[in-house]
Amino acid sequence: MHIPDGFLDLKTWGTLYGVSGGTTAYALYKVRDRLDEVKIPFLGIVAAFIFAAQMLNFPIAGGTSGHYVGALLACVLLGPWEGFLVMVVVLLVQGLFFADGGMTALGANIFNMGIIAGLLSYYLLALNKGLLSRLMGEKKALLVSVAFYSWLAVVLASSACAVELAISGTMPLGTALPAMAGVHAVIGIGEAIIGVVVCAVVLQARPDLVDAYHFKPEMLGTVTGEVA
Amino acid sequence: MAVDSKKMFSKKNASLWAFFGLALLVATLLAVFISPYASKSPDGLDRFAETHKESPGFRKAEEYRPVYKGSPFSDYTVGGVKNEKVSTGLSGLFGVIITVVVGTGLAMLIAFSGSRRKKKSAPDAT
Repeated sequence: MHIPDGFLDLKTWGTLYGVSGGTTAYALYKVRDRLDEVKIPFLGIVAAFIFAAQMLNFPIAGGTSGHYVGALLACVLLGPWEGFLVMVVVLLVQGLFFADGGMTALGANIFNMGIIAGLLSYYLLALNKGLLSRLMGEKKALLVSVAFYSWLAVVLASSACAVELAISGTMPLGTALPAMAGVHAVIGIGEAIIGVVVCAVVLQARPDLVDAYHFKPEMLGTVTGEVA
Repeated sequence: MAVDSKKMFSKKNASLWAFFGLALLVATLLAVFISPYASKSPDGLDRFAETHKESPGFRKAEEYRPVYKGSPFSDYTVGGVKNEKVSTGLSGLFGVIITVVVGTGLAMLIAFSGSRRKKKSAPDAT
């Protein structure tokens, strides 16, 4: 759902440049003491993986395709602000080097795919993950949350895109919102599947790398001190 | 947190680097060998714009030319490579290299500026 140049008017893309620019500055400030020897290379690798995954358009009905966004997964793996910065890097590279997403619409694309599909969706996930964890254990709760919120992230981001088209006067909201949200409700299923698979693989191989998972070394088989 | 390159590449971290290497390999394989076979159909937004291309809003958008035309791999192709699949795969390879370098580079810059600031405020911290 990368918006090209020309779809949005000046007031819309200008405002969203401001919002996304401000959020990026805040994210840089937030993560400066959180990046360590492990997170620095991991951030680059997550960015590369999301770039690659976004190239893989999968067909859905009616001669339309969808592709992975990955913002929520990036936030779950690295932490919300690091995940947001991953999306900034991916969208910037796509816009500058691949003409994917217009340079005037970069702020809007960062808003939709970084702030809405990333930060907002992550904090919604964080809100009820605790409750789910008590019901089914943390690992399962995280995977179920990743599935649902990955889907929601794509639907919310596409809805934001529809609102931006409406504010720009390109297309009335009554036409844009149901069309965009409807198609992306289907594309979101692919997002959920990829998100769960990748999250499950990382949880299995290196649970310590998943920021949203409260990994403790004793989970690796050693019995904790408490004996009934 | 200060970045200690000795700690970063210690033997203890060997399995971590194996995992990172494997993840990067998967990303590269996807971008180079799978992406040429991805669906060529327009995505959700492009399909919507195409369906409504006769509307006044999208007709105006059609006239609009991109401000920035410097993309070397426009539409995921490499200029001069005739084979479409090779061209897409090659652009994917460049993309993976660029994102991993930009991503890691940005993270390093932020971390170094963070640790320098910390050292200044607490000089006796080791």
